[in-house]
Amino acid sequence: MSETHLEAHATGHDYASQHDHHTPTGWRRWVFSTNHKDIGIMYLVFSIVAGVIGGILSGFMRMELQEPGIQIFHGLASMVYGVQGDSAVDAGKQMYNVFTTAHALIMVFFTVMPATMGGFANYFAPLMIGAPDTAFPRINNIAFWLLPVAFILLLMSLFFEGAGGVGGFGGGWTVYPPLSTAGHPGPALDFAILSLHVAGVSSILGAINLITTILNMRAPGMTIHKMPLFAWAVLTTGFLLLLALPVLAGAITMLLTDRNFGTTFFSPEGGGDPVLFQHLFWFFGHPEVYIMILPGFGIISHIVATFSRKPVFGYMAMAYAMVAIGFVGFVVWAHHMYTTGLSLNVQRYFVAATMVIAVPTGVKIFSWIATMWGGSITFRIPMLWAIGFIFLFTVGGVTGVVLANAGADRALHDTYYVVAHFHYVLSLGAVFSIFAGWYYWYPKMFGHMYSEFLGKLHFWVMFVGVNLIFFPQHFLGLAGMPRRYIDYPDAFALWNRVSSIGYYITFVAMVIFFYATWEAVRKKRPAGDNPWGEGATTLEWTLSSPPPFHQFSTLPKIESTNAH
Amino acid sequence: MVTGQFVRKLGTAATAALALVPSSLFAQEIGKGHPEPGQFHLQQSVTPIMDSIVAFHDGPLMWTITIIVLFVLALLIAVAVRFNAKANPVPARFTHNTLIEVIWTVVPIIVLIVIAIPSFGVLSDQMTTPDGERKYLGANIFTFGEVEVPAASLTIKATGQQWYWDYEYVDYSNFVPDAPADQPLGFTQNIMQEEDVPGVNGGAPTPGRKSAKPNQPRLLAVDNELIVPVDTTVSMQITADAAGVIHAFAVPSFGIKVDAVPGRLNETWFNARETGLYYGQCSELCGKDHAFMPIAVRVVTADEFQTFISAYAEGRDYAAAAALLPAIQ
Repeated sequence: MSETHLEAHATGHDYASQHDHHTPTGWRRWVFSTNHKDIGIMYLVFSIVAGVIGGILSGFMRMELQEPGIQIFHGLASMVYGVQGDSAVDAGKQMYNVFTTAHALIMVFFTVMPATMGGFANYFAPLMIGAPDTAFPRINNIAFWLLPVAFILLLMSLFFEGAGGVGGFGGGWTVYPPLSTAGHPGPALDFAILSLHVAGVSSILGAINLITTILNMRAPGMTIHKMPLFAWAVLTTGFLLLLALPVLAGAITMLLTDRNFGTTFFSPEGGGDPVLFQHLFWFFGHPEVYIMILPGFGIISHIVATFSRKPVFGYMAMAYAMVAIGFVGFVVWAHHMYTTGLSLNVQRYFVAATMVIAVPTGVKIFSWIATMWGGSITFRIPMLWAIGFIFLFTVGGVTGVVLANAGADRALHDTYYVVAHFHYVLSLGAVFSIFAGWYYWYPKMFGHMYSEFLGKLHFWVMFVGVNLIFFPQHFLGLAGMPRRYIDYPDAFALWNRVSSIGYYITFVAMVIFFYATWEAVRKKRPAGDNPWGEGATTLEWTLSSPPPFHQFSTLPKIESTNAH
Repeated sequence: MVTGQFVRKLGTAATAALALVPSSLFAQEIGKGHPEPGQFHLQQSVTPIMDSIVAFHDGPLMWTITIIVLFVLALLIAVAVRFNAKANPVPARFTHNTLIEVIWTVVPIIVLIVIAIPSFGVLSDQMTTPDGERKYLGANIFTFGEVEVPAASLTIKATGQQWYWDYEYVDYSNFVPDAPADQPLGFTQNIMQEEDVPGVNGGAPTPGRKSAKPNQPRLLAVDNELIVPVDTTVSMQITADAAGVIHAFAVPSFGIKVDAVPGRLNETWFNARETGLYYGQCSELCGKDHAFMPIAVRVVTADEFQTFISAYAEGRDYAAAAALLPAIQ
């Protein structure tokens, strides 16, 4: 057992001293920023803006699905395109598909990833390992600024024709051909492909920067097996990004040439195969879901330890469970494709490989609980989100075990059961971990404290809301309701209505969140360097709140402790 | 021999015991062939394949995931009660316990193996077209298979189009030697419009669902049902228009779902034991009318099917042949 626990207070003297570097001010400070903390803040702001847009899109979908029949999209279509009658209904149906597609792409590439691997990783990974900044500050700048470019490209794609005279691509975030080739002749998808390329470059650059930082810039004495679990999570996720995104880039480049230059990688009339795209996409797509959740795992570990006033249980197992999840995540991709006509033996392999992931995931869940066991727990707001995360991620995890079985997946594939499953692990898992991180590090980032009451209100309203949205969707899936449907047989009305009510409650929760943030900014209650007390042992809590523009100009020395 | 029987009985008993509680817990009247309002359960099964899916899901899977979630919840409540700052002001400092770490690694592995055994059986059944010899699991998923299923004796090809299904009775298509083209025996299945559609240029109006099939569900009712005989193994070939997009052919009551991929011919099979009308819906995003290309399979008696298919093969007129069958309730 190695010494894994950091005693930050051992690093007594002043690392925070600010030298006479000139500090840029005004717009130059942000646009030309090479400062990991400023770039982290920009990522977080970007993520919030994108998240609001993605969330509003899903609001239109939930309003549409609140009752059987087509309620609002034909009206939207006639507002936007000036068409009437049957043409409006047809345009509305396509628009609905565009909304589902855009919702997914925005939430995956422009909300969750920028928040975790952009915002929190940039801001806190260097602080936690005692580094003055990231390894490549200018790459950090371009990595961030590519993201708004990518987002603008994606938003532009909504205003160029996709199919049937309707703007935007309506073939799902999975962009399966032939619907994404012959099925959408207009240029909308070309913009979206370019957007994904640019976002991919951004992520790869960010990953290179963070991997290099974590491998090379740890403070003296901080061996890799002493580094905080969030740094482990970011390191693992960085490798996943580095290995998975080039495959996506290759796949969508082939899609681009199929669409525009007469190649037939994915079309049978030229000897290609649509299923090849699905293999390439999911070889990226499955690691992608771990890219979204692993940084959250790291955040949750710190929060659970901080508010239990007890070191993380089973540090080595926790770190290597993440590595194992990342590794196995690369060899399970075809469990998204059980119905495409894979042979029996191939399906058997993917069933077995997929179920293996449950083991390291279980190790993490139980280790978090063991961290709390024997602790002295205070239920501050970050801890509420963390405990909420553990429970909801468990619910989403066990439905993943159900879906891993190809035999059971036959009934559930492409139904709302799948929608419920991945929203439980992402919308209730990854997003809860983001809010946990937000409330945990908010006083550090901004130097002031939010209202405890409003934070708790936000948590409880959101907890009720999202469960009300997604739990009934399991029932819809079991009963057979396929996903990506604008209208459904009347038998599905009840649970769809409940789900839509859940959305409105979640909407209220988001209003509370913005109000709480506004209130915190207005009141400016001083937070102090370490508002969480002795449980918060990582290096960021040794700095002032907010940390100085440059920190650790004298590197902290990490001394081993025998804390376990 | 005796041991084999014993194991089989044990398996049957285990399956029955496992399936008992969740299904009675979630007891709910489920209509045949279509979802019921407020349903929170899989659709009712009429094939050995769906029997095994229901037994597998409601049995080992529901048991395991319910117990795990409740166990994690109980642990979270326990730590909240016992180890909150008031109840336990001084935190312990332990960070390791090898025994418990081994337990929570090994026990999940054992649970997964227990799930995997029926899982592989259920999967193998789905992927193996009956040859008349092989035994299928049916609802007894912890046995080695007891259900006899006859070899496939009817082949139907379904082709996904934007946005409807084409069907062909492959065995009854005429393959004319040296003729420029075969004459497939097939028809098109479209969704029923709700209201009557006026005829073009003064032609007869096409009746809508409300007037023609008022008892059938909205968005599931079709103009021409796929007609197959009861207790017969039907081999399905699934593909999509070569110049079209991917769809998926699914009938929940049969436990089948197969992607219809341009350029590929996928296979599945079913053997329905009850006559009736069974609905499904396209299950792969295929464009604007993805939600509006339902599937309806009408299972009729062997005699009725003979009457239908003879007339259809002879006259090549689906509507006329289908009209020979009793009207759908």
